[in-house]
Order: sequence, then C-alpha cells, then structure tokens
Amino acid sequence: MAVAQTKQAAQTTEVLSPLTGNGAGRPTDTAKIAEFTKEQELDALQHMLLIRRFEEKAGQMYGMGLIGGFCHLYIGQEAVVVGMKLAMRDGDQMITGYRDHGHMLACGMDPKGVMAELTGRRGGYSKGKGGSMHMFSLEKKFYGGHGIVGAQVPLGTGLAFANKYRGSDTVCLTFLGDGAANQGQVYESFNMAELWKLPIVYVIENNRYAMGTSVTRSSAQTDFSKRGSSFNIPGSQVDGMDVRAVKAASEDAIAWCRSGKGPVILEMMTYRYRGHSMSDPAKYRTKEEVDKMRTEHDPIEQVRKRLLEKKWANEDELKKIDASVRAIVNEASEFATHDPEPEPSELYTDVYR
Amino acid sequence: MPTEILMPALSPTMEKGNLAKWLKKEGDPVKSGDVIAEIETDKATMEVEAVDEGTLGKILEPEGTNDVAVNTPIAMILADGEDASALKAAIPAAGPSEEPSRQQKGAESPPAERPEPAKKAAAPAPAPTGTAKPPAAALAPEPEVPEGTEFVTMTMREALRDAMAEEMRRDPDVFILGEEVAEYQGAYKVTQGLLQEFGARRVIDTPITEHGFAGVGIGAALDGLKPIVEFMTFNFAMQAMDQLINSAAKTRYMSGGQVQVSIVFRGPNGPASRVAAQHSQDYSAWYSHIPGLKVIAPSTAADAKGLLKAAIRDPNPVIFLENEILYGHSSPVPKLDDYVLPIGRARVVRSGNDVTIVAWSMGMTYALKAADELAQDNIEAEVIDLRTLKPMDTQTIVESLKKTGRVVTVEEGWKQSGVGAEIAASLMEEAFDYLDAPVMRVCGKDVPMPYAANLEKLALPSVAEVVEAARAVCYR
Repeated sequence: MAVAQTKQAAQTTEVLSPLTGNGAGRPTDTAKIAEFTKEQELDALQHMLLIRRFEEKAGQMYGMGLIGGFCHLYIGQEAVVVGMKLAMRDGDQMITGYRDHGHMLACGMDPKGVMAELTGRRGGYSKGKGGSMHMFSLEKKFYGGHGIVGAQVPLGTGLAFANKYRGSDTVCLTFLGDGAANQGQVYESFNMAELWKLPIVYVIENNRYAMGTSVTRSSAQTDFSKRGSSFNIPGSQVDGMDVRAVKAASEDAIAWCRSGKGPVILEMMTYRYRGHSMSDPAKYRTKEEVDKMRTEHDPIEQVRKRLLEKKWANEDELKKIDASVRAIVNEASEFATHDPEPEPSELYTDVYR
Repeated sequence: MPTEILMPALSPTMEKGNLAKWLKKEGDPVKSGDVIAEIETDKATMEVEAVDEGTLGKILEPEGTNDVAVNTPIAMILADGEDASALKAAIPAAGPSEEPSRQQKGAESPPAERPEPAKKAAAPAPAPTGTAKPPAAALAPEPEVPEGTEFVTMTMREALRDAMAEEMRRDPDVFILGEEVAEYQGAYKVTQGLLQEFGARRVIDTPITEHGFAGVGIGAALDGLKPIVEFMTFNFAMQAMDQLINSAAKTRYMSGGQVQVSIVFRGPNGPASRVAAQHSQDYSAWYSHIPGLKVIAPSTAADAKGLLKAAIRDPNPVIFLENEILYGHSSPVPKLDDYVLPIGRARVVRSGNDVTIVAWSMGMTYALKAADELAQDNIEAEVIDLRTLKPMDTQTIVESLKKTGRVVTVEEGWKQSGVGAEIAASLMEEAFDYLDAPVMRVCGKDVPMPYAANLEKLALPSVAEVVEAARAVCYR
C-alpha cells in the first residue's frame, strides 16, 4: 500500500502541473488561448461569479435544512461550462450528470427556478419533483441533470443521433466526470458515435476525484483525452481553469463536429474546491493541494486579475459586478425559500401523459 | 444589519454537531469561501465556509461547544461600514432559530408555533396539507371492427412487421434500431423488408451494445424522435436495465412533465425452447413494477398489430413483450387502413360462468387449451387475455369474477412477486366478497430454466396444471 500511496502523491503533483500534450491530427490545439475583449472578460466573469455565488448560497441553504438529500457543488469548475457556453451556438445542446447547477445557469436557466428546485418547491424547474440532480429546460436546450453516473453519455449520444437524423448541424455537448469515464456505457457510446460520425463533444471534467477516489487510484489510463483512441476519436487536454483556453478548445471541437467529422473528446483539467457532496469532508486530499489550486489557478481570480492589470475595470467596478450577482442569487434564494411546496395532487401527475 | 452564521447541517440526517474550532477570530475580515470554523458531525470533521463578506463581529458559540443544534446562530458578520454597536440589537436568543423544513415533512400536523426568531430571513413555506389520491383510470373503448371487414390470416411476426411499416410510413420521426434489424432482416425476421423500404437512415443496425443503444434511443426520444428499439431478446435488455428504468421511465416525472420519452422497447420475452437459463425467462413482472412504463404482452396477431401501433404513437415509454414461439403462430387480422387498439384493456376471449382464467402472451395457449378440456367436464371457463400488464385492466377481471367467483392465473414467469400475485392481491382488495375460492396461480417453477428437454417441460406451466387449478377452485 505504501508504494501505491507514494505513486499517488507523485502523480497528483504531476496532474496539478501546467497542462501540455497534443497529438497530430487532433482537432484542437491545447496551447491555444482565445484572446478575450474587455466585454468577453466581463461576461465570463459575470457568468462564473453567478455560478460561484449561487453554489455558495446553495451550500448555505443546505446547511439550514432548506435543501435536502444530495447536493453537489460546482465551485472551482466554473471556467469549464462558461468557456464552453461561449463557444456554443444557439440551439446546441447540453447534457450532464449530477453536478449540474453550473451547467443550468450557464445555459441561461432562471436561477430562481433552479434554486426552487433545490428546495423542492412548486416553482422549481421540475415542480419540486426532480431536485438537485434532475432538472431540464427544453427551451434552453439543457437535457438534464442525470443522477446515475455515466447514464447521460448514451443519452447525449442519442441527442447527437437525433441531430444527424434530422439533418441539422446542431452539436450536443455531453459532460461527464473522471469517475463516469470508467463506466462501460461511455465506451459503448464512443463506439457508436464514431461509427456513425455523430456531432458530439464529450467533455470529461477531470476534477481529479471520483467522490473520494483520485484518478490515479481508479484509472489505468489517467490521460482521459486518450480514452477515445481505440475508437479513433480525437481528444485533447485543456486547462479547464482558464476560461480562454476552454473557449478556444471548444470552438475547435465544436467546429469539427459541426463539419460532420464525428465526435471529439475534451478533457478539462479542473478542480472542485468542495467535497463530492455536502456531507463529504474531503479527507482524501491535502489542504495544501486545495489551497494551491485556489490561490494559483482559480478561474474567477484569473479573470479579475487580467481585468485589473489591463485596467479594463477597477476594484469598485468589480465589486459592483459581485454585488449585482449577489442580488440575483439572493432573489433566487428568497424565492426558493418562500415559494410553496407542490400541491399534494402533484404526487400523481407527470407519471404518464 | 449584521448577518447571522447558522450552525449548518452537513449531511441529510445531521441534527446537531460540535463546534470543534474557530479558524477566524472576532475582528477578522471574512470573504466568501474562507474556511471559518470546523464542525464535528457524527461522521466526520467538516469545514464551514463563509458565504457572506465582512468582519467577524461576534462569536456566539465558542469553540469546544458540543451538541449545537442545526440552525443555531453561531456567529455574526458585520457588513462593510458596520461597527460593533450594530451587534447589540441583532444578537438573537439562544436555540435553533428555525425548524428545518425536512423535520416538518414527516409530521402529520404543522409544527407547533414557535416564537419568531430574531431576524430570520429564511422561513420555509408551510407544507400544503391534504391527501393525494391516484387518478382513476379511464378506459378507452375497444374499436369496433366494421361488419363485413375482411380478415387476413397472418403470423404474429408479419403483423408486427406491418405495424412498424405502417407507423414508419405515417410518421417520419419513427425509426428502428437494434442488433441485426437491418441487413440481416431481424434475428427473428420481425423487421423483414424494412431496410428495403425505409433505408439505412431509419432502419439501423447497432453493435452488440444493449446498454449503449438503449440510451441512444432514449436520448433521441428526449429530442422528440420516436424510436423503436429492438432487443434481440429481453434477456439481453438486462444490460440496459438502468437506462430503461432510470432514464426512460422516470424522466417525465423528474422533469415535472416537461420532457417526454416516447419510445418502444420490443423483442421476444419469456421462455423459448431448449436455450436454458440465461436465454429463457419472463420479464413481465419486472417491468410491470415500474411507474412510468407501460407494458404490453399480446397473444394474437391482430392484438400484436393494433397494440404495437398504439405503443409507437404513445407518448410514454412502452415495453412491448413479444414471444418467440408465438411469432410463427397465425391468426386473423382485420384488413383495415389503421387498426389501432387501446392500451390498458383486457379482452374476454371465451365466455363461461364457472371459473375465470387470466393469462397473456404465451400463457394464453395454456389457458385456451385448458378451457377446452374443462368444457368436456362441463366446467365453463371464462378466459381473459390481459394484453396489457401495465396499466392493468383489473376492472374486466373483477367483472368476470362477479360472475364466476373463482380465478386462476397463468404465467410462465416465477411465482414470487409475479403478475399472478399482483392479480390475486388486487382481487382481494377490490372484490374479496365475490371470491368463492382462493385465487390460484399456475406459474413457471422456482428454478433457473434447465436445458434437458424433460426438465424444461417440468419447469414450465402445463395445460394439466391449469386444468387442475381450475378444478381445485371449483371444488371439483
């Protein structure tokens, strides 16, 4: 065991180092960084802050007993979904697993409806019947919110199948974690997606831990961008803490899919600051490791720093943005706290139509 | 106003915890994400992060305090510009300032009134009271077959093929995918000719990958397409069980009615012949257990056609259980442009006054032969073909029971928790006073299916067993 532990520590350090690695013929260039305008930086900041503050509030409301059951926070990973959203076109679809609040907010779903679903109220996106892990918005092309690890991957592949069947050039972005990447149905999906050249980007959000098990303890191949190689699916590792790198890689990947060349895998190197769920004390990693990511790689701080350095915003303006985001989140939490629970008659609705 | 920091619940079941350590002291600046304290729960020591920003104005529960109830204020944060004097008015009385909503849920009546806690923004909405009743099922009438309609004798295999072809002609969103459905023309030749008529875009051979292609079908249905997913046999659908139950059956409910999964999973179910334990079993009871699924298991070519067409049009996920042995059985099918039968309606196939025999799919072959034998001894059996297992038409069974007073069920599946058990229990609940004898179940024996011909025969229900059960309930 001692040997394994040492190996784990060594590889963890490696994983946390700056990202490299790109093979010939891959549709994306890892090193690429999208140059953001002032407006884009501010937009990215605002969207990432909304997710951060929303999740902090959700954590607080969980602590107050207003949110029950499981609650998986996205704090630390904000750049992934925000960067990808910036590269998407209207009509492109998103589907993910259970760590899904960030994706919903990035898709433009109403924070009030999302928070009210977390509290199990009638104004929630699923009328309070779905909860944290099960929300959808056909209007915003968000297809859930799925609680079974990896199950969203064939579903996303089916959405991409539908796009191809209809002859549209819509692309489906299917998110999964490093844990889900070890599920068998993921590879069944990879096979069909490449076989049928389906327009799908598999976004592996590698936050280094599948619940409490680090990638080095669970995965024979820890470079998840290579997980499609036996199906000839190209893949790249991307610095998932840098929203500009995410956007650049995503633009290339989406363009590849849209042109009919089939699926792409993007491994987003990211990190979650909080535990797996609210009741996880996260004792499987060191405090230093978490602090290092927070202080050196925080996706929001990176943008703030650039805005200040380029004098595109001053502290006061950034504070105002934060205040406006807090106001949105507070409004959502107020709504979610006072909105009534579903009518008892809702127990039996929506089973069939 | 200063902001309270409340003792957080850090698991779905936590009610109190110990304040192990303060990592910030009074006067320290605090910003979002800062770890301010450590709390011991029954499971672990957890860190508490600040959500609000400002200065830690006052610690209300010092470190080392044990058994602090969830939602007790443990500290106050001063906003920018506030000084300590703001604390005086705001420091709350000790004790939990609010009943967590989850503690209300189990209560029969609303919790007792508590004094209004000092400055509490979060007041959970009261749970609506009252009870909920399941909606009563309304049965669609069986369509009349017009007088003079021509009947064409065909196999169930052909009837199923015709049903799919008709629906694919009618709706471009209908397509079929599965193993060997296209080039090979179907492992059991049910999809014969579909590739030639509809092409490879709509008749799709999949790799051997049940879990994956079941999910792909459901994903396509999420986007509004209407897939028919063929399982070569339902034995292999166990690989896909998670997708069928967790994704197909539950999505409408979990989305509050927003997203539907209109999809048919079909293929042969039940014991075949001499293929042993892993390829020979009946899943009727498995799928009938699941809210959100409809389950159909026809026994005739006409029902197979009319119900498969209905299943394809149905906006819900439908499990369509066929039978390999019945594929080759021929029966008359009305020659109509659009023969669609209502899902959820049983049919009285043979009238009688002495005993009711309820069966479906392959079970009907035993039931009808047994009824013939019983008639020779002047026992007139009424035979009901359930056709749909979920929603179940217990009304038709109850009506028959009122006449006969006795019921025998027939299924190839196992006895424990089987469909027959469900029928027996429903009759006790709904029509106990009409029962003149206990409901008897004729089922597959409680063993994996053996290979040897003699053992296989023993493992299956038999006509003789149905006859014997019918006699037993008739006390003859």
